[in-house]
Amino acid sequence: MILGYAGKFLEVNLSTGKIKETVFDDDVLKDYVGGRGLAAKILWDRLGSKWENIDPLGPENILLFLTGPLTGYFPGGRICVSGKSPQSNGVVGSTVAGEFGVELRCAGYDGIIVSGEAKKPVYLFIKDSDVVLRNAEHVWGKDAKQTVKILTKECRELLKKRFPLYGEWKEPALLYIGQAGENKVRTAVVAAKWTHAAGYGGYGAVMGSKKLKAIAVKGTGPLPPVADKEKIKRLIQIVNDNAYDNELWRRWGTGGGGYEFGAKTSSEPVRNWQDEWHDEKGYGVDQFENKLWIKQSWSDFGCPTCCMKIAMVKNGKFKGAITDNPDYEMQAYLGTNLGIFVPEKNVYLSTLADDLGLCGIQTGNVMGFAAELFQRGILKRDDLDGIELKWGNAEAFANLIKKIAFREGVGDLLAEGIYRAALKIGKMKNLDALQYAVQSKGIGIGAHGIRSGKDFPEIISYVCGVQGGDHTSLTGLPLNSGASELMEIFNDSGVFCNFNSFGLPRDLKFNLYTAVTGLRLTRNQWCSNGALKILQLQRAELLLGGPDLKWTPKIHDVNPPRFYEPLPSGPYHGKRADKSDVEDYKKRYYKAAGWDKNGIPKTEILRKLGLDDVDKALEKLR
Amino acid sequence: MAKKKKEPIWIARELSKCSGCRKCEIACSLFHEKSIWPEASRIRIFMLVPGADFPHFCAQCEDYPCVQSCPVKALSISKETGAVLVDNEACIACGKCIDACPGRVPHMHPKEKRILICDLCNGDPQCVKVCQEGGWNVLKKVSRGDRPYKLYARTPEETTRALALKMYGEKAEEFL
Repeated sequence: MILGYAGKFLEVNLSTGKIKETVFDDDVLKDYVGGRGLAAKILWDRLGSKWENIDPLGPENILLFLTGPLTGYFPGGRICVSGKSPQSNGVVGSTVAGEFGVELRCAGYDGIIVSGEAKKPVYLFIKDSDVVLRNAEHVWGKDAKQTVKILTKECRELLKKRFPLYGEWKEPALLYIGQAGENKVRTAVVAAKWTHAAGYGGYGAVMGSKKLKAIAVKGTGPLPPVADKEKIKRLIQIVNDNAYDNELWRRWGTGGGGYEFGAKTSSEPVRNWQDEWHDEKGYGVDQFENKLWIKQSWSDFGCPTCCMKIAMVKNGKFKGAITDNPDYEMQAYLGTNLGIFVPEKNVYLSTLADDLGLCGIQTGNVMGFAAELFQRGILKRDDLDGIELKWGNAEAFANLIKKIAFREGVGDLLAEGIYRAALKIGKMKNLDALQYAVQSKGIGIGAHGIRSGKDFPEIISYVCGVQGGDHTSLTGLPLNSGASELMEIFNDSGVFCNFNSFGLPRDLKFNLYTAVTGLRLTRNQWCSNGALKILQLQRAELLLGGPDLKWTPKIHDVNPPRFYEPLPSGPYHGKRADKSDVEDYKKRYYKAAGWDKNGIPKTEILRKLGLDDVDKALEKLR
Repeated sequence: MAKKKKEPIWIARELSKCSGCRKCEIACSLFHEKSIWPEASRIRIFMLVPGADFPHFCAQCEDYPCVQSCPVKALSISKETGAVLVDNEACIACGKCIDACPGRVPHMHPKEKRILICDLCNGDPQCVKVCQEGGWNVLKKVSRGDRPYKLYARTPEETTRALALKMYGEKAEEFL
């Protein structure tokens, strides 16, 4: 057994109610590590032969909750949620911060593999090796805050009853879905702590399709034993000190972005990306801080940064709204992208998304798309159930958010997510609605544009990434550099918060991996073996897709059309992505990744990596 | 070098500033258990309502009701630091000290039959160090005098209610 792992995984079949433990060979863990990498591997091994026929929202899909060996050791705990994505029909490693991953490892498990579909709503309660499925009918239909309240109380009562002499039980860590997940909304999240979410991928819908409302875990053991404890302590201290030196990063979190990415770098979605520049000083981080933040530092396990804040509207029309910062992505997608530049309105919409269990990015993306269609007269009031979907109208967007979560009226259409909604509307209105959809591979693009060239994504980041529009999995060249997706794959497979690694020596996380597992791993080794395997697997899963959608690289390895339109205003006025630059860079990327000119992984590299079965499966795409 | 004489201390606490980073749990369990072990930490972060995270740990009450309640005299008071010391060999894990504590602070070691109570790290509390280092300053080491320390021995529910009300106002009732 490799050090740093709990050593076993939980298998839960919701159709039969059977729960058992399983293990993976050391060789599998060495190559695929955990989290995202292991997810790609498990899904391929179990579903690969019938991948194209697996409905992401059907009982055959497998839902994964995976930690990695660095979970709890690298400051900033996360857990990776995965499965066949109902957004991209490939695999997304979607991570969410909190204590869940640490609790799970302390309970003796590296992950949970959920298959089948329950007849009635259930939740899974794990107390070390004691694992039960419990009725969740009383929380089905409940929002995030009520679900957290009820299950926290209930689980603590259960623990108290079973262990009356233990003393006071801390709350177990929870992952849950809101009503959006229950209703299989493709932009639904798996959430934690009211406001944290695994958004990309749409796994809240998968959880809902399985009628799994929540998972609660209390682990009473230590984190798994490691190879070099003293070295780990030293490395943790380096991570901490690095964070402590970054005062503004700690003070503002990403909440500084709502103004900055618009005013300074012209890369923020404004009115469905019709612009990326604004200079709305009323939307500055100082306004959020001084008017709304009631907690300056909120953090997850072991985190020195505390990029989370808590915001609350204390008076006026939106009184009682409570969310985190909002962080930059929420400021953008539930703010500027909807023409909203008022902090209170932004906090209100973010709160609604949290409460209903919706991804603020994907939902804000599809709502911005709908609002542009309204602006252009393509969607009329009648199409929108009478909603006057004007830019900046927070009440209108709030109405729409609720309709999406409950799949009511036009909400049912938009609940399909940006790509599917665009296809349907295109058919309905007999036009190409995809030209207004700012997405890649079914996933709305993160709130970092490429046109100004001043933000971190590169011109092919969203074109070639195996997680589509996911801004936390951007790609570029060289493959062994920080610009490449291979580094993101390490973060999401080791499963820790990358936000604590800004400014650190790039090799630190690999050194920490070695100190934890005792296995030597350098960045170059990672990039030439494990990461490449994971990349090819994810690429294969994405391209095989199905059953309702398929991606052809020639057609779909592109930027959204909007990125080729010139920026209409601001200091980078006129700038846009250049198609021939993109094509040229894409060619170089394909070559480096071992893909043929059509973007399909080549036999040569797949065989070299030992992925012969993947090679066979891709034969029909060549 | 002459050994500096220890004086009784107390850990002053400003709970509403707690970020919930749990570095105190990490430091405490690394010091006492030689591993990262949140459940075996003598200081534990409760988050019964998100945002209302706070550390729950011994307040060293002036009258030490836990020490008096122990049927086997496994608990004593350190003359040097004022901490409650547990004699692990003697402790029978009966839980009487938990009931005697107004804040129900002590809890069982998760794997061994003994109670866990903050021992102030022999006068150099590790939790205070990491909390100060990160600039949160929820915890601060002060000299122990004659003050109403026992006020800080509250149950997790009591403290949660107070902090949630402070943060969320009347809205807190929906979460409690």
